[in-house]
This record gives sequence, structure tokens and C-alpha cells, in this order.
Amino acid sequence: MLGMPTLPPPAPRGVGHLRGDESFPAAARHALADTQLRANLGHATRTIRAKRASVVAELPDWEELREAGRQLKVHTMAHLPDYLEQLEAAVTARGGVVHWARDADEANRIVVDLVKAKGVDEVVKVKSMATQEIALNEALEAAGVSAWETDLAELIVQLGHDRPSHILVPAIHRNRSEIRRIFLDEMGDVDPDLTDEPAVLAGAARLHLRRKFLSAEVAISGANYAIAETGTIGVVESEGNGRMCLTLPKTLITVMGIEKLVPRYTDLEVFLQLLPRSSTGERMNPYTSMWTGLTPDDGPQEFHLVLLDNGRTQVLADAEGRDALNCIRCSACLNVCPVYERAGGHAYGSVYPGPIGAILSPLLTGVEDNASLPFASSLCGACYDACPVKINIPEILVHLRARHTETYAEEHRAPSAEAVAMRTLSYVMRSPLRWTLALRSGRFGRLLGRRRGTIGEVPLPVVKQWTETRDLARPPQQTFRDWWADTHSGDPS
Amino acid sequence: MKIGLLITCLADAMFPDVGRATVAVLERLGHTVAFPAEQSCCGQMHVNTGYQKAALPLVERYADVFAPYDAVVAPSGSCVGSVRHQHGLVARRFGSTGLQDAVTDVAGKTYELSELLVDVLGVTDVGAYFPHRVTYHPTCHSLRMLRVGDKPLSLLRAVDGIRLVDLPDADQCCGFGGTFAVKNADTSTAMMTDKMRHVLDTGAQFCSAGDSSCLMHIGGGLSRIRSGVGTVHLAQILAATRDRPYAVDQAHATTLEGRA
Repeated sequence: MLGMPTLPPPAPRGVGHLRGDESFPAAARHALADTQLRANLGHATRTIRAKRASVVAELPDWEELREAGRQLKVHTMAHLPDYLEQLEAAVTARGGVVHWARDADEANRIVVDLVKAKGVDEVVKVKSMATQEIALNEALEAAGVSAWETDLAELIVQLGHDRPSHILVPAIHRNRSEIRRIFLDEMGDVDPDLTDEPAVLAGAARLHLRRKFLSAEVAISGANYAIAETGTIGVVESEGNGRMCLTLPKTLITVMGIEKLVPRYTDLEVFLQLLPRSSTGERMNPYTSMWTGLTPDDGPQEFHLVLLDNGRTQVLADAEGRDALNCIRCSACLNVCPVYERAGGHAYGSVYPGPIGAILSPLLTGVEDNASLPFASSLCGACYDACPVKINIPEILVHLRARHTETYAEEHRAPSAEAVAMRTLSYVMRSPLRWTLALRSGRFGRLLGRRRGTIGEVPLPVVKQWTETRDLARPPQQTFRDWWADTHSGDPS
Repeated sequence: MKIGLLITCLADAMFPDVGRATVAVLERLGHTVAFPAEQSCCGQMHVNTGYQKAALPLVERYADVFAPYDAVVAPSGSCVGSVRHQHGLVARRFGSTGLQDAVTDVAGKTYELSELLVDVLGVTDVGAYFPHRVTYHPTCHSLRMLRVGDKPLSLLRAVDGIRLVDLPDADQCCGFGGTFAVKNADTSTAMMTDKMRHVLDTGAQFCSAGDSSCLMHIGGGLSRIRSGVGTVHLAQILAATRDRPYAVDQAHATTLEGRA
């Protein structure tokens, strides 16, 4: 696949969960209107933020670790084709089978064919972003196969016929009484006297999942990392459900984005420190599972690794955007983002929400398919500070905004109203005379707001969006430059 | 030292008092500032909205106009952040090698007001008098693009008569974000509402910051709910003295003009 003369395509339309039905501002409105949702999100992100801050502060070399993580990722991406071939050779040598998938459709077809060949109608799954990205569960369902999510939060989302709202805490937007209701309605085998005590809810889920683990013959996982030199795949989790999936069923299928690679076994030292602290605010995650090909009579006896492109090579080819591939899916950027905290994960319309989603989704799909996402940020920069591998998210957002407006200009004969405004402003500003006259004309704004001294709602485009909730200050009688000319230089312009 | 003054387009058009206050502080400390009238805007609005090429003439103008000065000062963390982090981007994409060098040179000597005062001029006590209860919002770009740290606060702490109160969740964005405030008006308002609540919780008479744009946003909200809490730029506090105290009604312009 890599090394071919043309780039693989962006993530295709019509399959997967990388595109929303609405623009970000429209989708955000639903969450903003839901006060319970906003309270749930605010409480959860605040709690994780505080936990993360305290465990990060414990490490004297946190900044060096971040830099090491960044360097390792930058190096890996610069040599990705070589490392992928090394991985393929290592996995194959240990009895695994490697499949290459250009996009979501190919990956789904590969997995569905593998599952059907086993003659089963049920599989268990470890929480996996890659399989959500390609909508594997839906593809399996269409082929008559039920895929059971075994991560507790993922199970809540699945049973609730919902979509994940957070990378790490998919059910962050649900509280415990909502979860109780979902279990009662959807689990089938649940005790009708179920209370909303967290321990009781977890117990019900455990009982439900135990039956699935013991009967399933095929498991599907994602991967937090793959090691090129050894062919080892790893999954990091908190509940032990992953360990069950990875060891009990006879067949294991792992779907992994091609960027989830580290060159050497020793590189894990860096990422296993960065990831848990950044994501759950823990020093170490409870379960770290690693497997290398097959071990006779122990664990799965058939292992398939599906390497998924789905737009990633296009991201890699984008010099300004490629650092988005360095993401280790920790979700630290979500938890510090004031926009995510208010608008929630669903507003991003993609399986990748928050600041990283605002760059990753448009990069994978092509910016025109997710054109509102690069603008879904106030560019406050909190995400860049929190990122354990120092992805400069604000800079990539600005890059994608330019990409969007420039693509629009190429594809449309008439410029957008905004483009006209921006170019006109630039034309006026580049001439001192034109700019001075324009500033003086601002005084006409004084005609408004004479009574209160401020300008209230004004039903004009753009100004309306501002003045719906904020007063606009009345323009002054004299601009700064006119004052300066009067008092300092005597120069009228 | 030859100090050039960058007055942001917003301050020039809407908040000239912030520019006057900047001049007043520096002149009181014995420095002369020059305001080259050929300046316009740093181009941040263009770059952040996706119109990088439209920013090119503004970047060229900035590098050209301010090249002769030893230092350039602006009462805005955001615009200085743009000069330092975005002018190079625009110059690399659309400009000549000459422009890239010129941009690097002028960016290296462009300072936000608190940086110039503390780092370059070496003062924290500027002899100001401001007998009011004030809370300080450290704007995102000052905080994260410029890393001004506690320079503004050390300046404020040295102000005579001031009662400085901590702002809860101070490092959270107020929701302005340039065109974000109109493109994502609902989310912006939700962020502003929380910021306003924190400001009101402090019981401060004034919310201060180093950026007129964030203050225009927060102040616009405080005015809409008729909170009676005003906004005042850091430069305006530093410019106030016992002889020329700050005109409170003027500071409350967004809330009190017409009622005072």
C-alpha cells in the first residue's frame, strides 16, 4: 500500500463515524440547551483535570517525557513505511496474519469475512476507536453478527443506542440514574431490583459480560501501540475486560490505525508513563496486555492484524497537519478544552471529539467534509499545553482554516461574503489614509446606544450574533490616532 | 531606547483610552514613545479566520514600519502573540526571504506591555494609584503564547491602594476567540457566562486584563446583565495616579455611560 505511486484516498463517505449530520455550531446547540448534560460534563472534566494535574506534578521530568514522546512519534512518522514493513514481518514470523486495509470499507470487509469464516454470529470487543471510526459493529450487524462491547462505558453507550461522547470516558455525558434505566430496559438478563449504586451497576454489567466472554469464540480489539521490532501489540485498560477478550476466545482480530506504531520495545517506557497520567490521571493503568503472534495451546490460536489507512497516509502527506497522527488518544485535550466542556463530544459529529478531533477528523476526511470543526475553537491553547506529545493543535487549526477558505475559493467562482469582508478589510488596512478614514467613520456607531451608553441588540449579520448576549461598547468620539495627531505630532493623518 | 508603539486596530477604533494610558505610563517613567501612523493591524484576525494571504500586506507593513525601533510595545498579549507566532508563518508561505528575516527581527523586539515594563525596563512599581477592588483575567494568549507568567500581577501588586482578588478558574478562556464569538456564538456565550460568574463571585468592582478584545467580550456580558462591574485594561490601572485618578465612570463606559 505505501510506496504506491498515488496516495490512498481520504476516509470514504457513507461509512464510518467521522462526519456529523450537522455543523458544529448547530450540533453544539443541543448540548448547550441540556443543563443536565452540561452539569455532567463540567463535573467530570473538572474531576479528571484535578487528578491529572496532581499526578503530572509528581514527575520532576514531565516536560522531558513529553519531549521524548514527541520525538519518538515524529521519528516514527518520518519512517512509517519502513517500520510498518518491519511490523508485518515480525507479526508474520510469530504466526500472525497481517491484512492491509486502504479504507473503512476494506477493513470492514476483511473483518466480516474472517468472522463469517469462523461460522459464529457473536463476537466480543475491547473498546476500540479504530473500529468505531470505520463503524465495524454496524458492518457486522449487517452481516448477521452481534458485536458485544465489553468496556463498561462502551457497553452503556451501545445499550443506550447512543454514540460515545469522549475518547476515554465514552459515557461521560450519562449519570448513574440514566445508566440504571438503560440497563433495565436493554440488558435483558438484569435483576429488576437494580439500584443506581455504582457498585451494583458494575456488578450487573460484570454478570452480563461474563456470559459473553465465556461463550465467544472470536474477539475483536483495537491497539494502543504496536512494536515494530518485535511485532508485539498492546492494549491498555482499567477493567480487565480487555484481558478477557484477548485471552479467552480462540480467534483474535486486531484493527489498528497505521500510526499506532513505536519502533522499539523500550519506547514503551515513555508512553506507559505519559498515557495513564494524561488520560485517567493515574500513575499506572490497572491492566496492560501485550501479545506477540501466537503461543501454542495458550490464548488465541489464530491472530489477525488489520492495518488501517482510512485517510492516514493523506494526513502524513500534509506537512502542517501530520503531527495530528502523533496522538496517543489520551483525551487530555478534551478535559482541558472549554469548548468541549460546554458543547460535549457529540457536537463534533465524529468518533474523535474535542480539540484533537477538530483537527484529526477534517484531516482524515478532507477539510470540506468537516469544514466547521477547525473553527470550533477559541484558540485558547490549553490543549497544546496538556498534550503529552506536544501536538500544536492551535497551529494546525489555523492551518486547516486556511485550507478551508482556500479550497472554497478555488472551487467557487463567487467569493464568500466573509472572504470579501476580509479582503476589503485588508485593502483598507494596508493604506494609512484609507484606514484612518475608516476608523473615523466608526463614529457613526455613536448614533446607536445614545440612551444607555451601550449598544444592545442590532439585527444585522455578524453584529446580531455578538449583540444577542453582549452589549457592544459605543465607539469613542476620537480614535487613538486622531488623538495622537492632535497631541503629539500635529500630523493630521 | 527608541520605543515604537503598536496600537491595536481594536484599541485605535474602540478603546483609545487604552492607548493613551500606555503612552502615559511610559512617559511618566521617562521614556519617549513614537506612534508611526503608517501602522494598521497585526493581521491576526485574517490569519485566525483562514485568510493568510490577505494578512501578507499587513505583515509586510508591520515589519517595515517598526524596523527602525529598538523595541515595540503593544497593550495586547494577543496581537503580540500574533506578531511572534503568526507573522513568520505568513512570511514563509507568501513572502520573500527578505521579509522572513525582517519579520523574525521585528518579532524578537516586540513586547506586550507587562513584558516591556518588567523584562526590558526593569520596573514593577510604576507609581500608580488605583483604590478599587480588582480581579485579573490572564488572557489566553498572554498566558500561553507569550508566557507572561505573573508579570502583570507583580505590576498590579505594586499599585497603591488596589485590592487585588483572585479570580477562580482564571486560566479558562472567556470565550471571545476573535471570530469564534460570532461563528460559535452559543458556545462562546456559555464560556462567557461562566467567566462572568467567577468575576461576580470575587465581589470585584473591576475585571482587568491585558487585552481589550477579551475585556470587550466580558464587559459586554457584564453590561448586558447590568452587573455594575466594570472592565479596565491593565494599562489604564497603571496609568492612574493620585494626581490624575482614574475616572471610574469612564472605566464603566460599557455599563454606566448615560447613567453616571
